[in-house]
Amino acid sequence: MLDDFLVRATVASVGVALAAAPLGCFIVWRRMAYFGDATAHAAVLGVALSLTLSTPIFAGVLVVCLFMAITVSSLSGRGFTMDTLLGVMSHTSLAIGLVAVSFLSGIRIDLMSYLFGDILAVGKTDLLVIALGVMTVLALMAWRWSGILLSTLNPDLALASGIDPKREQLVLTVSLAIVVAVAIKVVGVLLIAAMLIVPAATARPFSKTPEMMAFIAAILGVSACLSGLRASYVFDTPTGPTIVCVSALLFILVNLAHKLIPFLRPPLVDKGA
Amino acid sequence: MLVECENLSVILRRRKILKNISLSVNSGEIVTIIGPNGSGKSTLFKSIIGAVPCTSGVIKKKSGLRIGYVPQKLHIDEALPITVKRFMNLPSGHSHLAIKEALENAGASGLETEQLMELSGGQFQRVLLARALLGRPDLLLLDEATQGLDHRGSAEFYRQISRVRDKLGCGIVMISHELHVVMRQTDRVICLNGNICCQGKPETVSGSPEYYALFGLDRDNESAIYLHRNHNQIQRAQEMTHAG
Repeated sequence: MLDDFLVRATVASVGVALAAAPLGCFIVWRRMAYFGDATAHAAVLGVALSLTLSTPIFAGVLVVCLFMAITVSSLSGRGFTMDTLLGVMSHTSLAIGLVAVSFLSGIRIDLMSYLFGDILAVGKTDLLVIALGVMTVLALMAWRWSGILLSTLNPDLALASGIDPKREQLVLTVSLAIVVAVAIKVVGVLLIAAMLIVPAATARPFSKTPEMMAFIAAILGVSACLSGLRASYVFDTPTGPTIVCVSALLFILVNLAHKLIPFLRPPLVDKGA
Repeated sequence: MLVECENLSVILRRRKILKNISLSVNSGEIVTIIGPNGSGKSTLFKSIIGAVPCTSGVIKKKSGLRIGYVPQKLHIDEALPITVKRFMNLPSGHSHLAIKEALENAGASGLETEQLMELSGGQFQRVLLARALLGRPDLLLLDEATQGLDHRGSAEFYRQISRVRDKLGCGIVMISHELHVVMRQTDRVICLNGNICCQGKPETVSGSPEYYALFGLDRDNESAIYLHRNHNQIQRAQEMTHAG
């Protein structure tokens, strides 16, 4: 069954969408949208390093993303704001990455495939790496969910309950690096942030609890992947960008529906008396 | 003894926020901390819960001390949907009955299914209190818990606190600006301005010269809480002595 490239592509994209859903929610809640973007930019440097040292792409990307994520989390609040640090780190690593790639004259590198993903070329080994990454992230999320959630609401409340918000942030950061590293093959560096944020943003109006939002985001993410794959096959368009287009379309439709169809809105409650 | 600070000093960003604080809190006791803005009240709480490291001195806590903490500000991001019930179940789950009881004790019955974001200021403070009560705390820390409440609301809130103490027997430390409102519910008042200026029974403190000096109160004009102009002058004078 896994011999079919379309089946492999489906499994890979669904896996990434599942892991991206809870992470994407945290990114939206913590206003870290730019963090996802910056980690993804740093991934280009990881690609360059892996090609230079002939190590697997996944390993290089993971190392660079982890390095960048941990540096930014530990430096923030020490005289620099988070977005300044991210701006410096992400573009520096992107630039170094692009320069480093230019030195690799021996091999022809299709940079496009790393920028926008090459989901139809996902092999069995890639699939194994993606599966392992996705399961690690989902396990981390399930294990630390309450702690990260409480630290997101208020770090001092977390401390008073015996939870270290810095440790929770580290768990989140590491998970983010893993997702970026496994998603690079699926949607590419430039569109990873969309996989994380768009489904979570779409799920918001229908959610009453954080868990509900993560769950709806997962369903939306998976359906965007399935229909995006199908659409790219039918219209012969690049797969990663098509998935993101479908996701964005869902976002627009859902928000319009929420505005236009009254019964989707919560009933007006008379709070007087 | 629930918690005891000995010669606690805290330096943050090269500024001495707390100087040689020594105090202890016993169970069943309500202690109120008052002091002008920037006097280190919240920092004192944060060092007790461990959010801010002590530069020198020690904080001793009863072993297994359970702390209920109500922070000064809690901003709920619009992007985060959460019901009161879900919030009460963070970080660990409680039975439906326990949540109902905690909300009742805090005077916020029946709010379980409401969105946290949509609560009024008073309801929100009560829900924060209820969540702090859920863990059956030995020590309750309230950082300006009546912020955003009107006079009647805050007086009622303090009566609630007093009932909580009687019911649960926990020690309560609260930060407040409104000594005149808190007075009746307080066993001990600590006047803080970097160091402890004066402490004792509320009647003693409110009559002491240190209290008048700290809050710039006119003896004839006791109804004013404090006059900003005078308060600023005091601070400026203090800054000058520090610089010199």
